[in-house]
Amino acid sequence: MVSSAVSHASPVVHAVHTQWSRMIATRRLYTGLGLLLLAYAFVASVQFADESNAGHFFDRLPHLFDFTSWLMPREWSDVWRALFDLPSLHDTGTEEYNFDVGRVYVWGSVYIPEYFELMFVTLNVALVATLISFFVAVPLSLLAAQNLSPSRPLCFMARRVLEFLRAFPTIVIAGLFAAVLSIGPVAAIIAVSLHAIGAIGKQFYEVAENIDMKAHEGVGAVGANWFERMRFAVLPQVLPNYLSYGLLRFEINVRSSTILGAVGAGGIGEELKLSISRGFGAKTLAMMLLLFLTVVAVDQFSAWLRRRLIGDEIIHQHV
Amino acid sequence: MSQINAAHRQEIEARHAHLLKDKPLQRFMPLIVLIATLLYGLYAIWFFDIPRIVSEAQWVRMGLYLRQWVSYDVQPEFRLGKDGITIRYPRFSPLGDDPHPDWVINRPDGSKFIPFGSGGVTVATTGTTIVARGETVHIDVTSGKPVIQGKAPSWMTVYDEDVLADLGFAGDVSLSADRVKVRKRFFGWPNFLFDTGSPFFGKSYGETARLILSGERLDPSQSNLSLAFDNIWNNATWQHGDVWIKLAQTVVMAFLGTLLGALLAFPLAFVAARNTSPNRFFGSCIKRFFDFLRSMDLLIWSLFLTRAFGPGPLAGSGAIFLTETGTLGKVYAEGLENIDRKPGEGVQSTGASTLLTHRYATMPQVAPVMAGQTLYQWESNIREAATIGAVGAGGIGLKLWEAMRTNSNWANVAYMVLLTLLVTFLFDVASSRLRQKLMGTDHRA
Repeated sequence: MVSSAVSHASPVVHAVHTQWSRMIATRRLYTGLGLLLLAYAFVASVQFADESNAGHFFDRLPHLFDFTSWLMPREWSDVWRALFDLPSLHDTGTEEYNFDVGRVYVWGSVYIPEYFELMFVTLNVALVATLISFFVAVPLSLLAAQNLSPSRPLCFMARRVLEFLRAFPTIVIAGLFAAVLSIGPVAAIIAVSLHAIGAIGKQFYEVAENIDMKAHEGVGAVGANWFERMRFAVLPQVLPNYLSYGLLRFEINVRSSTILGAVGAGGIGEELKLSISRGFGAKTLAMMLLLFLTVVAVDQFSAWLRRRLIGDEIIHQHV
Repeated sequence: MSQINAAHRQEIEARHAHLLKDKPLQRFMPLIVLIATLLYGLYAIWFFDIPRIVSEAQWVRMGLYLRQWVSYDVQPEFRLGKDGITIRYPRFSPLGDDPHPDWVINRPDGSKFIPFGSGGVTVATTGTTIVARGETVHIDVTSGKPVIQGKAPSWMTVYDEDVLADLGFAGDVSLSADRVKVRKRFFGWPNFLFDTGSPFFGKSYGETARLILSGERLDPSQSNLSLAFDNIWNNATWQHGDVWIKLAQTVVMAFLGTLLGALLAFPLAFVAARNTSPNRFFGSCIKRFFDFLRSMDLLIWSLFLTRAFGPGPLAGSGAIFLTETGTLGKVYAEGLENIDRKPGEGVQSTGASTLLTHRYATMPQVAPVMAGQTLYQWESNIREAATIGAVGAGGIGLKLWEAMRTNSNWANVAYMVLLTLLVTFLFDVASSRLRQKLMGTDHRA
């Protein structure tokens, strides 16, 4: 259709058209090559992963749903009983059904069910880590923003520090501090906060680099020093976005502190890992349910708060 | 410029009263938030029992472990017998089976001297003299017990049967009646290329190069080059081969998981997004499905899949795939919901089908954003994959965790951390370059 129209047109149009088709052809070639490369990398990766795995994919595939056999509790009420630490009907003293053992008594016969307590610990780890990282990342991000930093070397240093914290494997920090502070949630707090400083610090300085500099210039023109310029010209602009990223980080921190829990830092992660590896159906389901509801609640709450802070502006959930 | 007089100002104030006066709640909000944060901080200090944990913390260990990251020690043991001193080295000493280090100096009188900085330790059958930190201390063992001559300096700890002298980073000396254990610390990673079992062990770089290039075959079945490579790859102390394979697993897990997640999330996002969904109800179901995948969490998926596939990268890839489908699905759907409708209407008005409309109006708008997001996720999944490895889902995580748990292999931990940092940096740079190319500029992602 296009080519027949072009063939009757002037030589200039014809030249443009051939040039255009040539570009399209090159582009398609590159896209094709890229896709081919991707496909090759994919197949190679699958083979590599399959070879070095303990069980092979197609051998194990029929067993994928084996977990249903242990995960399905004998009686569905057991899930509720496990969740609220009520005695099970199957309780014969084995660890699989001793739901009422873990009760945390607060006052008389009033108790907090074990899993709620563990979830609470994990949430607190995440919250404390988020607060620490927020208060450290705010000043660091102002130093790392190219348009605000008081000096170039300081900007460079702050960026390298943030990069280092972001890339350093969380698990090593957790392990190191577990050795120093004894295994427990405090090591997890330190590990999660250090990583979070790097992660939100980067998001923060990217926000700070996109602000409207007029307020900054105005405050500077009346003789404000660096701190005053940050306080009166920059923070009012960036704070809503900072808080929003901080909330997103809280969501992520809840997950990471659960994972760190599973490698020994306490909280619900550790209990969940034990329960899954031993195949305790009711307990696992109870904890999964609790974790799922908590994560959803945290997500919803933070989304609501973010909407109030910055309206409907989309912030990408990262790192 | 005209000046504003007082009356004029008051008039303006009266006109815009609602702008100049905050609502009380709004006005005190920052203060309330600050106080609440402080109170919460106090509560957290109580909740996690911070004072006790800090007071019981063993910061000494931190120093010990951190110095092990970059150094190693050799521990010769001097046994004091009637007919002289015999030296023993522990098994798996980094110096090999039969070491004669030149820093153990034989004195003509039969005593041994080990230099420590400007001072040193002289071991004789009758006693040991330590010259360190500007002091000279002689410890006599002729009475069958180590006895310090004079006052014991602060860096020496005296126990019932033995004495421990702490010489700082350089090492320490532990003395009892019949033996002296010296720990001498050296900077660096020992035997990084060849372990003590290798025929290349203890040879200089020049000699090794000469052997590889033109030497006699050390092992008749293979060339020296392949033998050297084999020895490095299977180095017993550093396990280069295993570490690199585990690192590759981590990258592959992130790659497979993210790619598969993207492939599944892409069509689902079109169903989920409000403006492209064929069916509103179905769309919101898919969105809840995304939420479910995300909220169940990487950890739970990897624990389940480790049970199903056995420990290894398959489990990790699967876990990342499931979580990533949720995350990317949500992100893609958000991207689709934010497109400009006009190009779509334009293409539709030419009579194009839905598929063609998406191809020529929607894709050009969202493709760069989607590709950028996917790259970003891949990069951040490399970090995540390093962590979930520790629960058995494959990759470097488990190796790191094991090395840390034994508390003796901190140099290996440092090596793995260095490699992980390197890989993370490389992918960070590569993905941000690619993203910049895809999106033109790259501010937020």
